[in-house]
Order: sequence, then C-alpha cells, then structure tokens
Amino acid sequence: MKSIRLRVNGQAVERDIPDNALLIDLLRNGLDLTGTKEGCSVGVCGACTVLLDGQPVSSCLTLAVTADGCAVTTIEGLSEGDRLHPLQKAFIDYGGFQCGICTPGQIMSAKALLDENPHPSKDEIQNWMMGNLCRCTGYYKIIESIQAVADGRVTP
Amino acid sequence: MIAFEYIEPESLEEALALLEQHGEDAKVLAGGTGLVNLMKQRLVQPTYLIGLRRLAHSPELAEIRPNGGLTIGALCSHRTVETSALIQHRLPLLATTFQHVASVRIRTAATIGGSLAHADPNQDPPPALLVLDARLRVQSTHGEREIDLNDFFVDYYETALEPEELITTVVIPPQPTGAGTAFSKFLPQTHDDYATVAVAARISLDGDTIAHARIALGAAAATPLRAKAVETALQGQTPTPKLMRDAAALVAEEVDPLADFRGSAEYKRDMAVVFTQRTIGQAVTRAREASGNG
Repeated sequence: MKSIRLRVNGQAVERDIPDNALLIDLLRNGLDLTGTKEGCSVGVCGACTVLLDGQPVSSCLTLAVTADGCAVTTIEGLSEGDRLHPLQKAFIDYGGFQCGICTPGQIMSAKALLDENPHPSKDEIQNWMMGNLCRCTGYYKIIESIQAVADGRVTP
Repeated sequence: MIAFEYIEPESLEEALALLEQHGEDAKVLAGGTGLVNLMKQRLVQPTYLIGLRRLAHSPELAEIRPNGGLTIGALCSHRTVETSALIQHRLPLLATTFQHVASVRIRTAATIGGSLAHADPNQDPPPALLVLDARLRVQSTHGEREIDLNDFFVDYYETALEPEELITTVVIPPQPTGAGTAFSKFLPQTHDDYATVAVAARISLDGDTIAHARIALGAAAATPLRAKAVETALQGQTPTPKLMRDAAALVAEEVDPLADFRGSAEYKRDMAVVFTQRTIGQAVTRAREASGNG
C-alpha cells in the first residue's frame, strides 16, 4: 500500500492505495468520479482520457501511485455548477455525441488541445483527436464541436 | 495485474543501486504505455517496479542537447522529441517519425528510452534511429557503456540491455553533409495503429552518385532491421528509377514479417518492397535538393 496526495478537480485528496492500482480505478471506484469511462483498457480508444498536470493521459495505463503530488482533471471538473464548459456546450449544440460513452474522453482530449493551441486548424484538430475513437461514427460532429469553440462561436 | 512493490528513486544513482539489488525481479517504469499493458496481461510480473518519475528533471535524462550531433535524454517523451525546435531543425526525420507514433496522448507519456527498452518490433522510432547511426548510452553501478543500435535489438521484445542496466541517453552522431532522409509508415487501418510496414532511409550524394545509403525497416521481422543488401546495391551508383526499383526488390529477401491482423507475411513482404522503393526515392529527392541539384 502507498499513501498518495493529489488534487482532483481542484480538491485535495489523500488515499491509501495498493501499489498496482490504476488511476482510472481510483477515480471511478475510490472517488466515485464515474464520468471517466474505461473502453479498451490498452490505451487505444481514449475513453479514459484525463488531464494529469494538464497533459492528456490514458488513466487505464497510469498507475495511481504516479499521480501522487499531481493535479488531475476529469470531465467532472470542467463545469462550474450548472454552467457548462464551452466544449460541453458545443458537443450538445453541434451534436458531438450519440451514445456518449466516448464523450468524456473526447472532451478532455479537446480541452488539452485548446489549452495548448487555442485556435487550431481543422487538420490540427483531426490530427490531435485521432486517438479518441467513436463507434457511432460521430467524427464530423466532434470536429465541428471543437472547431466551434476554437472559433469563439460557443458561449457557455 | 499482479501485486508488486513500487519504488520511486530520487536520483540516477539510487535507481541504479535498486536495479543492481533486484536484477531480474525488477522492471523500470518510464511512461508506462508499453510496460503497464504487458503487466495487465501478466506477460511481465515484476516483484519490484522502479518508477523513474522523479528523475524527469535530471538534465542527463531529460534534455536534448546539441553535441556535434545530438544527445536525447532517455526520459524525453515522444511529444518532446516531436516538438523540439532543435530536432525539427537538425534532424527533421526524427520529428516526422515521432509524429507518427500512436496518438498525442500516448506520445505525451511514452519516452524514447522506454520505447527502445520495450523493443516491440512494430515501433516507428527504431528504423529512423537506425538510419541515423544512433547509439545508446547505458549505465549500471559498474559503469557506463555505449551500445550501437544495430546491436541492441536481439529478438522479439528482447534487447542487449542487462537487467541491472538503464538507458540514459540516445546519442545521434553528426550526419553526413547534405544527406536526404525520409520515413514512410504504411497504415491500411487507423492512423494511430502500428505500421503494417515502416521504412526509414538516409541517402547522401556525391555529385550524381550515392555516397552513403542507410535503409531500415520496422514491423518487418522479430526486430527492427537494416536492409544491408539494399544499401549495398545503392552505394556508389547513380539513383535512376531502375536502380532504386531493383535495389528495393532485394528487401524481400531481408525481411521476415510476422503475420497478424495488419497483414499476412506475404503481403507485408510485398509492401516492404513498395515502401522501400518510395522511401529511397523521397530521400534521394531531398538529398538532391540539399545539394542544390533539385
């Protein structure tokens, strides 16, 4: 067991965890933050994407112990009360999801992109987002949603 | 994943002492994108996991430095290599190749040293590093040695690294003046997949003839490989379309692809020829541009 201290969505968290615990299991089972989804479990599908010190990572491949001392942001950390993050609003307004299981990962990846590059081209969006799979074939709408935020066409 | 004890050394010396102490019972965790997958599948079951996270600010392990050629700290992420202005300027082949690896999310975590130690033969960086004549600097408590990358990959997921050794630096020597380089990744499926076949080439010209040729392939055998028969066929010759086609055809005898869902062995062998020819052509074009004969 290891004692870890981290900040999750701005809140200080202290937990004793097994050395082999994965970050996704800490988030979903330890902290009840079930917005982050587990899809492929091998780092390919992107459903479990969260931000670790601002960088996008697969929480299914990240040992929780390596988040000790870090700041983790999940989909639950984006809205302020009822006020949605522009990306959340855009995915609704532009039809960026159907079944929704990939959406938390899509939005966290998109947030990492816009944090680094606030006005990406369509090519840059496509290139960045290719690690997030959608099986409802919603890619066009996902790209449009992100483009709308980048272009300032979404007000939260 | 089986239970293990996670240890986080504060210094390189401490990491090397732990490796010396635990030997084959220990595994080293850098980005974790390869190793954690193997551990989840119970293909690797270390008793001790040595996490290098706290070494990420050590200059030796984390910096890219001009040094005649370049040295790249083993803990540099793929994303760091891809976005480094120094690498984009001095070794555009590496920046391009690293851009082709998996997705941004994986490139953010995966390190250059970790991926080489992982030694999955389907990876993109090894062929590019092979044509650049890369060497690996490795350390243990017994000292330091350099391993030519040509001697590093031993078999499927096996390397020349001893259990107590750690890769600290990737060393790229100065490159021939006016060399043209190219990297091709054949991806019939999704863009973030491993290659069906990947080819890297470095060609330098002396007037009209090829002074040096380096050709290497990934996803074409149990290890990344140099296509030496192709190189020999190109060396000292004028790169006409026929020469490049005939030389590329020789790669069919050098590869030994493993059949998987990315293609049968026969298909990968055929594609190795096609992409070797194209990659040589691109490298020759760039070498001509570099020498002002474009």
